Amino acid sequence: MTDAAAYSLVAGISVGFAAGYVGSLMVLKRMALVGDALSHVALPGLALGILFNFNPFFGAFAFLFSAAVLTWYIEKTTKLFPESIIGVLFVTALAVGILLTPEVDLLEALFGDITTVSLVDALLAVGISAPIVVVARLVYRRVVLGILSEELARSTGINVALVNFVYLFLVTLVVAVGIKIVGTVLVGALVVVPAAAMKNVSRNLSSYALLSGLTGTASAGSGILLANYLGLPAGPLVVSIGTAIFAGALVADRIAS
Amino acid sequence: MVVAQPPSRSPTRETGAAADVLRVANLGVRLDHVPILEDVSFHVRRGTTLAIVGPNGAGKTTLFRVLLGLVPHTGTVEWSGPVRVGYVPQHFVVTDVPITVRDFLGFKSEAGFEESLAAVGLEGGVLRKRLDILSGGEMQRVLIAWAVLDRPNVLLFDEPTATVDIGSEDMLYEALNRLEKESNITVLLITHDIHIASQYSDAVLALNRTVRFFGAPSRLSEPDLLMEIFGSGSGLAEHKHDFGSRGFR
Repeated sequence: MTDAAAYSLVAGISVGFAAGYVGSLMVLKRMALVGDALSHVALPGLALGILFNFNPFFGAFAFLFSAAVLTWYIEKTTKLFPESIIGVLFVTALAVGILLTPEVDLLEALFGDITTVSLVDALLAVGISAPIVVVARLVYRRVVLGILSEELARSTGINVALVNFVYLFLVTLVVAVGIKIVGTVLVGALVVVPAAAMKNVSRNLSSYALLSGLTGTASAGSGILLANYLGLPAGPLVVSIGTAIFAGALVADRIAS
Repeated sequence: MVVAQPPSRSPTRETGAAADVLRVANLGVRLDHVPILEDVSFHVRRGTTLAIVGPNGAGKTTLFRVLLGLVPHTGTVEWSGPVRVGYVPQHFVVTDVPITVRDFLGFKSEAGFEESLAAVGLEGGVLRKRLDILSGGEMQRVLIAWAVLDRPNVLLFDEPTATVDIGSEDMLYEALNRLEKESNITVLLITHDIHIASQYSDAVLALNRTVRFFGAPSRLSEPDLLMEIFGSGSGLAEHKHDFGSRGFR
């Protein structure tokens, strides 16, 4: 295994777990497609990183975070649903991103490229994924109560707007680090598929969050190993393995019930 | 507006403002420049039950939201003494989520689950059940168990039986009856059921944006008063309940 492959495996395993863990909240919030659309907002930031020769992660994160703040603020101050707001931001960002990104780098930006993962990228992925999971665990129950009933959550003293903001911040972080592994087009799947797979087979909330994280790790890790072995792009393989686990869980749930 | 002094059922209770756990004066709420509540004033004595009635859109749920501090308002809302409020919302539908009753109660407290469930007639085994497979009656009782979990001294119930059948409704009010007797808590209860309001409360607040009546529940049997509160088409339901002489209190 090459150094780049080892680095990408470390990055994939850590980001996979964080993405699955945070994604379990996205699926409960019925924001699966919102997460997918949000990921595309990173493209102009990636393009700026490529054009001005700085780590594209920071550009992607800046754009994702700005989009998340804008979405959170517009949702809080208007009656527009997040889907509508992110829908507008998504197409705008995609258009600007495609115009800005040099053609030779466009494919990598869209679908990721694990052969270029460096030691710094791997350390960045682990260093960001770990705190994402810790913070997500801290706010997890508050986010879920806000999903079940905002009134009930607020009546227990939970600042629902703040908790949602923290949660969106975590989503933007995990999407930004996940882009290096699977690209902007497929990173939404990294967040959504593990949680969708585990939702119906989990007996309680703790096992749901944990199993979603582990499914993310399993699909990212095995997808990267398989890509390395077959010489194929990792992103599509990571997503395909996640989808296979989803299908397996669906069948298992049917048989069990 | 018709105002009568709600009776105190216990002669040994404190009297006047000192006995009030809640005093609301000249309360007003506007949402999107539309007046929802105007000049609402009432008070609630500690350890009593106030039934809040009124047609749909009268501002009953908004009043609860004000009491919970969730809605900006004018006027004053004064709670007396240390108050821990338990709240059961009107709408709480859980579908397709892997959350057990234990998870749900754990959002509020780390312990005391079995005790709270027993107070509403549920056994500990329900803790392992997912919320999305509970019946309507079980769900409402779990919500009440949630509300009493941290031993509140004030309970706000927003139509606790709105989504359950008559049989489950009786079980719920029996559970509430037991809780109130054993814990001497103050209950504010939004209901569409004129029987519940008149039979099982100490005072009634009738709202329709403004206060239409505040007084003794026995007055709800007067047709003229009902006309004053609800207009020609009564917005109240009336179901038959058989609690014998136990009453709600």
